[in-house]
Amino acid sequence: MSNINASGWRPTTPEAGESNAATATGNRALMLEEPLIFEIGSISKTGVDFGDAPTGTSRLGGLERHQDIGLPGLSEPETVRHYTRLSRQNYAIDLGLFPLGSCTMKHNPRLNERMARLPGFADLHPLTPVDACQGAFEVIDQLAHWLITLTGMHSVAMSPKAGAHGELCGVLAIRAALDARGEQARKILLVPISAHGTNPATAAFAGFTVEDIPATDDGRVDLEALKARLGPDIAGVMITNPNTCGLFERDMRAISDAVHAAGGYVYCDGANFNAIVGRVRPGDLGVDAMHINLHKTFSTPHGGGGPGSGPVVLSEALTPYAPLPFVEKTADGFRLVEEETAGEHHAGSFGRMTAFHGQMGMFTRALTYILSHGADGLRQVAEDAVLNANYILRSMEDVLDAPFAKSGPCMHEAIFSDKGLPEGFSTIDIAKGLIDEGYHPMTVYFPLVVHGAMLVEPTETESKATLDQFIHAFRSVAERAKGGDPAIRTAPHFAPRRRLDETLAARKPVLAWKEPVGAQAAE
Amino acid sequence: MSRYYTEDHEWVEVDGDIGTVGISEYAQSQLGDIVFVETPDAGKEVSKGDDVAVVESVKAASDVYSPVSGTVLEGNDALADTPELVNEDPEGDGWFFKITLSDASEVEGLMNESAYAEFVSKL
Repeated sequence: MSNINASGWRPTTPEAGESNAATATGNRALMLEEPLIFEIGSISKTGVDFGDAPTGTSRLGGLERHQDIGLPGLSEPETVRHYTRLSRQNYAIDLGLFPLGSCTMKHNPRLNERMARLPGFADLHPLTPVDACQGAFEVIDQLAHWLITLTGMHSVAMSPKAGAHGELCGVLAIRAALDARGEQARKILLVPISAHGTNPATAAFAGFTVEDIPATDDGRVDLEALKARLGPDIAGVMITNPNTCGLFERDMRAISDAVHAAGGYVYCDGANFNAIVGRVRPGDLGVDAMHINLHKTFSTPHGGGGPGSGPVVLSEALTPYAPLPFVEKTADGFRLVEEETAGEHHAGSFGRMTAFHGQMGMFTRALTYILSHGADGLRQVAEDAVLNANYILRSMEDVLDAPFAKSGPCMHEAIFSDKGLPEGFSTIDIAKGLIDEGYHPMTVYFPLVVHGAMLVEPTETESKATLDQFIHAFRSVAERAKGGDPAIRTAPHFAPRRRLDETLAARKPVLAWKEPVGAQAAE
Repeated sequence: MSRYYTEDHEWVEVDGDIGTVGISEYAQSQLGDIVFVETPDAGKEVSKGDDVAVVESVKAASDVYSPVSGTVLEGNDALADTPELVNEDPEGDGWFFKITLSDASEVEGLMNESAYAEFVSKL
């Protein structure tokens, strides 16, 4: 068999006889139970007054609907309360420290939002004539200039809409470059085991075969193993730097040189760019393509508040293959280069990844963040993010095993393992214990190379006082687990839900709401 | 009948030229609760080491490699609806597939029960 659960992860299951003191309503103090929207209100109710539907001849040819379509019927206050109650069950960066690792959950400055809501940006339609959106194109162009400058690369493809979408863009550019060289036989992408899980998925999705490269004991890419695997069948390598062990790949230049000498390309996963922005230019390390998660490093919202955005910076070698469309500066202002206008000077493009030019709202937010920080401010972002992660690492290493603590300072995230916990206690218990203490858990059981991994990325957002509070809670939960406190094994005790039966949920998933039998008749 | 094990934690029980294949007690204990199993169709030609079945726990999917070469006789249909059989009886009712061996001598490279037990004790 292939990997049999290297991370040691186990699903949670409820303990027998576990229960909370019941209330008549099911609510717990001001934390309210909330049914599904289909279970409240009634079909006869509506929050909006509609006029009668127009009658007349229809061109649907007998396909008209006559029966109820089962939409929920709620008044306006019921609707507002439903979604407000649901929002209170969420944990957000606006509520507290969000320690998810390899995620860069940093504060989203409100100035970003103010700029993104300027009508000249917010109300633009993607099909607005080019003459009427020169300002928006200038935002895209300025942001592109900053991304190219910060990374030391040759160009940037702005249209990819998330990190993994950016990975696909970079890998497709590599494929196009190899095809242009007539090297269709290069079908293998090497992916170190310290890379993000999306990397092998992207490579496979793009039609490459994936091969692992092992890590050394100190958590970095095994350079010799990588060199030994290079050859005429290798398309390139996908490396996450800083990697998921929270370490800077200090052999990056040597890796790039070896890969280039063997005829391959270097893709760098830039999800952890926050730790090195303003300090290291990936272009200087020989990277050919790297995506930048604007929703991580450049403070645009993660989900909910807005879509992701994953521009991809490209080396000179890959630039001719960048996707369409893109914004180009000309003597007469900005224009959008599309299929019809690409002509000779961009004939090598591998095609189109998106309908339009990218996530305009995220571009505006990211440029606002960059301009309000300036070059010196961005450099301090990286320094403070690394300082905060090291503060957590050194504040916890006497309680929890820190497998790479001897590999030098960590970068953006501190990593711990479940080594030293008593029999029957695992990482999941510490994660659930943190929920009782009011924190969203850290990333758990990833990377797979660390048994029972706990990955904490505080980011530069947090003050020393906030970090000290978190460390106090984290230490307290970890010490209780180490001491064998049975209550930790049944945490969370104070959350609206206790441990869920993850096995049952996976074996018998309920994926859609079904109207209870007899409900119609009862109405 | 004799039972053999691989270093990748599959077992094969050989009776004449028919082998029954599954994953070991150790493998199921490491995987945790199994939620999905995909077994090969009858008639599939496989070589030793091919990935021929898939087993999913709540968190991860693993490939199951065939410990021997041959032609698949049948997959264990019961696992489609009751994947928990792999947890409850991995080396019995939780078998994955039966196969007609094309080269009976292949099992000579595998471990017997005591050798496998010693192999696992060192992991």
